[in-house]
Amino acid sequence: MIINIARKELKSLFASPMGWIILALLMLAFGSFYLQGVNNYFEVMSGSIRPAERVGVTIFVGQTVYGIASFLMLFAVPLLSMRLISEERKSQTLPFLFSAPISLTEIVVGKFLGLIIFLSILVGYIFLMLSTLNIWSDIDFGYLIANSIGLILLAASFSALGIYFSSLTNQPIIAAILSFIALFALMGLDKFFGSQPNHWFGYISLMKHFQAFSRGVIDSKDIIYFVLFITTFLVLTIRRLDSDRLRG
Amino acid sequence: MTEATLDAFDLTKRFGDNYAVRDVSFHLNKGEVLGFLGPNGAGKSTTMRILTGNLAPSQGGVKICGIDIIEKPKEAKALIGYLPEIRPLYKEFTVNEFLSIAARFHKVKSSHVYKAVEAAKDKCGLAHMSNRLIENLSNGYQQRVGIAQAIIHNPEIVILDEPTVGLDPIQIREIRKLIKEIGKKHSVILSTHILPEVEMVCDRVQIIDKGNLVFHGSIDNLKQQRLGNKLLVGFSKPPTIKSLKSIKGVEKVEKDNQGMFIIHFKEKYLPAEEIVNLSAKNNWGLYHVAPHITSLEDIFVQLTQMQDSKNK
Repeated sequence: MIINIARKELKSLFASPMGWIILALLMLAFGSFYLQGVNNYFEVMSGSIRPAERVGVTIFVGQTVYGIASFLMLFAVPLLSMRLISEERKSQTLPFLFSAPISLTEIVVGKFLGLIIFLSILVGYIFLMLSTLNIWSDIDFGYLIANSIGLILLAASFSALGIYFSSLTNQPIIAAILSFIALFALMGLDKFFGSQPNHWFGYISLMKHFQAFSRGVIDSKDIIYFVLFITTFLVLTIRRLDSDRLRG
Repeated sequence: MTEATLDAFDLTKRFGDNYAVRDVSFHLNKGEVLGFLGPNGAGKSTTMRILTGNLAPSQGGVKICGIDIIEKPKEAKALIGYLPEIRPLYKEFTVNEFLSIAARFHKVKSSHVYKAVEAAKDKCGLAHMSNRLIENLSNGYQQRVGIAQAIIHNPEIVILDEPTVGLDPIQIREIRKLIKEIGKKHSVILSTHILPEVEMVCDRVQIIDKGNLVFHGSIDNLKQQRLGNKLLVGFSKPPTIKSLKSIKGVEKVEKDNQGMFIIHFKEKYLPAEEIVNLSAKNNWGLYHVAPHITSLEDIFVQLTQMQDSKNK
């Protein structure tokens, strides 16, 4: 049943130009950063004479592309997640879901999953694009895989938060703005505490946990953080929808 | 005794201090069309939302074919098809797409989805609209999609909340025909504030007012209530009330504010013929004789007053 909801969500993402346009624009951005990375690589590397200054092409290009990808997701995900529930509220289609034999958990997780599948198309594309470097050099696939996992987890956390804000209002655009602000704050938390790198407040920053992945390290601690983050917001969303049913 | 497919007992929904619905109990028999009648804000939609599990009642409960909707929502909801007042349509999809989604959500097996969609479209006369976007359909056709969505999984009970609101007279007639058709195979609950609609489609009717159930009975009972034993008579040269009262079977004569007479008569008498004869003889100038039909408001007043006096 979760799959059916996810299918419906995907279908409606692709039924409007919105989904296609976001996908195309993001791919354009990633592609141009990729090309720029490859060009710069030769320039920079021919400039650096000492071996210590040299880095592999995977890390050099990967860093640019994944860095920009995580930043662009910050804008893209709220735009995609804003509709998930608020649009249904606005056009009064929620009763359709509520009166079908589907539990609230299935509805919320299904919607979440639909968005994740959509976003993983992007992550898959980036992976494929960077893999083409393998044609003329030996690249570090482990690094790419770690980054892809990190990016998916990051995007999933964004989506979970986005769905929650989407369940709070019936104006999609307000949901988008709220989730953007919240995400921006959460991402930048560690920057505010730059002087104390181990302060607990900095520890809840999303970016801090993504950084390990972007170095190519898959740390269970970071995975648990992301999973907890996602679960928290999905549970909050379910609670929010349940209170609709209870209070009317 | 006939089998009850839906059993609602002591339904109460409170919003703050306001009771939207209060102690409403009723049941629905298999293969029956039940009309749910009431003025705006009487609690019709709230009741329907409770019946379909969209709203939790403050007290009481609902059993669908013996399954409690609060304890086992999934099993119970699978037996209901619901069309809310505002139709829940995903307008970016075509009719086919939307109906297959509806079928899948209602646990129709994937091998049967196509068949179920075709059957629902056939019943609702949507076959030629299959690949149109719902957004581009007319109001009446959108309503049909809404109904198709509610019957796609062949539910035991179909609940339709004001299905004819906002449609033109021809569309209303077609939708009513469709509802009658559906009523042959499913149990239907239909809410409306249009009295003639209930008389046309329903087998049984119940009236709700300010959250209280004030009347329930077969449709003939209601007609009796509505028609009463009354005639509305107009004369251009009106006779005295006394002379009208002397007609056999006449119980009471009232004058309404337009100068017409309302003649109450006893059961099994119909004094119309005699009135016409007398009028011709005495030159009263009769210009209007018709059964006096009580308006819906009057019935509500009557019924609520009856309810009040019962309570006293």
